[in-house]
Amino acid sequence: MSIPFTTQFINLLASVLLLIAFAMLSQRRILSLINLFAMQGLVLALSTFVVAYSTAQHHLYYSAALTLLLKVLVLPWLLHRLIRKLNVRWDVETLINIPTTMLVGIVLVIFAFNLAAPISQLSESITRGLIGIALASVLLSLLMMITRRKAISQVVGFLAMENGLFFAATSATHGMPLVVELGIALDVLVATFIFGIFFFQLRETFDSLDITHMEKLKDDNS
Amino acid sequence: MIDLQLTALLLVPLLGGLLLAAFGSRSWAAELNSLMSFCTFAASVALTIRVVEAGPQVAFNEQFFIDQFNVFLVALTAFVAFTTSLFSRPYMRIEQHHGKLTTSMLHLYYSMYQLFTFTMLVALTANNMGIIWVAMEAATLTTVLLVSLYRTPASLEAAWKYFILCGVGIALALFGTILLYFAAERVLGHGGTALLWTHLNQVKGDLEPTVLKLAFIFLLVGYGTKIGLVPLHSWLPDAHAEGPTPVSAVLSGLLLNVALCAVMRSKVLVDGSLGTHFAGNLMMGFGLLSVVVAALFLSRQKDIKRMFAYSSIEHMGLITFAFGMGGPVATFAALLHMTVHSLTKSAIFFAVGHAVQKAGTQQMENIRGMLQISPTVGWGMMLGTLAILGMPPFGVFASEFLIITTAMHDYPWATPILLAALGIAFAAIFGKVQPIVFGETTAKPLPHSPALIPVFAHLLLVLILGLYMPPYLANWYRQAAVLLG
Repeated sequence: MSIPFTTQFINLLASVLLLIAFAMLSQRRILSLINLFAMQGLVLALSTFVVAYSTAQHHLYYSAALTLLLKVLVLPWLLHRLIRKLNVRWDVETLINIPTTMLVGIVLVIFAFNLAAPISQLSESITRGLIGIALASVLLSLLMMITRRKAISQVVGFLAMENGLFFAATSATHGMPLVVELGIALDVLVATFIFGIFFFQLRETFDSLDITHMEKLKDDNS
Repeated sequence: MIDLQLTALLLVPLLGGLLLAAFGSRSWAAELNSLMSFCTFAASVALTIRVVEAGPQVAFNEQFFIDQFNVFLVALTAFVAFTTSLFSRPYMRIEQHHGKLTTSMLHLYYSMYQLFTFTMLVALTANNMGIIWVAMEAATLTTVLLVSLYRTPASLEAAWKYFILCGVGIALALFGTILLYFAAERVLGHGGTALLWTHLNQVKGDLEPTVLKLAFIFLLVGYGTKIGLVPLHSWLPDAHAEGPTPVSAVLSGLLLNVALCAVMRSKVLVDGSLGTHFAGNLMMGFGLLSVVVAALFLSRQKDIKRMFAYSSIEHMGLITFAFGMGGPVATFAALLHMTVHSLTKSAIFFAVGHAVQKAGTQQMENIRGMLQISPTVGWGMMLGTLAILGMPPFGVFASEFLIITTAMHDYPWATPILLAALGIAFAAIFGKVQPIVFGETTAKPLPHSPALIPVFAHLLLVLILGLYMPPYLANWYRQAAVLLG
């Protein structure tokens, strides 16, 4: 059985997406983290474009363009601007236990594939099996949010999670209705702005963007 | 057609948000806020009358759908949003007088308040499961800056937690929505109709059960974070305790309901597809866990708003449990409980807000003798507390009684757990509120007279619902219960 070229290409892009998710998990430098996020966006836009081309779904071209604009240009630009203004451009995060985190990541990937296995069997589209990859990258981003102590890396993790979801929406299901995609894109954009406002408020109040300062609210001492 | 009423319902708060974004720092912003909320409420009444007369309807290219279930939540949401805006006028003035808020913070508050109402109404009326998701996320975005309105370290921490946890939760709900679309696409084909609830509802028997099962888990966990179901609840007490009191009132009284509405919409589809009690069992499990854990946490609380936030978790757990049991009586009771909980809990937050302002602290050990300094605040708190604890003759008693008797009949093992949790909650809350209301006062008078009409209006409604259920209302709940199965 020969697999069409486009399918192979999408599968390749999916694996690159997963690889970038792992790279983000172990990346200590904030600047590189944002660049990785932009790369992930690019892969996402490319895969959406290929799906649009191979299934002749015209509204997916708009999605691809939207992804390119939002995830590759606007959001990384906003984040770059933020870290420059906040003067945390060269910050390096101390991550403990990268090997353990990676191992947990691998377990998560296996878990995601298992969870998605019955669904993948149903899919007759060209992109079967991609739900597993999408779910894996969502879970990896979630893991990244849990292991990070800096507010900015948590936000990048949050946005990367959105990328994984978008990949599930465009590649595995041939795109949600455009109005929904536009709504999601708007929400993500507004969320990034609000995160930006937050960073400045945090900085003003705590003098740092470390979320370890924010573990005071407990049930006992309140 | 309901286009006109629906347009009014959605446009008024949106317009209000824009107007208040422009004029929010004027001295009459609070009055404008109340006026817009009143117009929204009027539109919701018009819509309700129309739907009760003519039955379920779709509007705007089928993107919106109104039936007996959501129209009752729309009316409730618009009503509580209106009374909360009445309460917030003097409350926010006093806060400003105490130097806790500036004019620019109030500006943000008023415009976000209207936009928050708008997002909730969209989430309730939307027919497209994707739009429901977008509106739920937007509801988080509009309230996150309100939780951190005071800019204190604690409020920033609470808002950050709220943002991250609900953001993650809602992302999981999006994955559930995508899975739902994945299943629907195979039946309904590509394009716009595959996410419309009315279409999904027609073909729910043909949807792939394995996919829907997984989708429901993601949707329940995702929207469950917003409902405040244990163990996803940890943002809720912080956000309620650190945000301004009107925001606590609308979060607790309204937003939790809206999230629950989204879960119920998904449950109907999953039940139809699976034909088993899978979704109901999951909801019962989460609900029961929430009731028990929240009841146990209640007695450890020292902050009054935090305590009532845990009480909200407990009641949302109870409602989720009742919806999970299913059947006409339990669903009827759950809908009634949603109504009376919204009304009572927002009334309590109004009274608590003013009590906190008088005492100058949220620590319960320092709030004493409310009855002495202000009988209205004291009685408002006492009656509200008795109502929320399920004392007859208030409406909460009626709904809790129905829920427990149904549980006794269908799931006898759950009854002792529920009764024990309700008993613990009673002891914890009543023991703490009693010295706050009675006893020697330490409080100071306020620079503006507080707004207590909303408190007593809400409690009166709850009392009426407990004593006498108007036949049309009972009929309405019954129809909604039939829709939800």
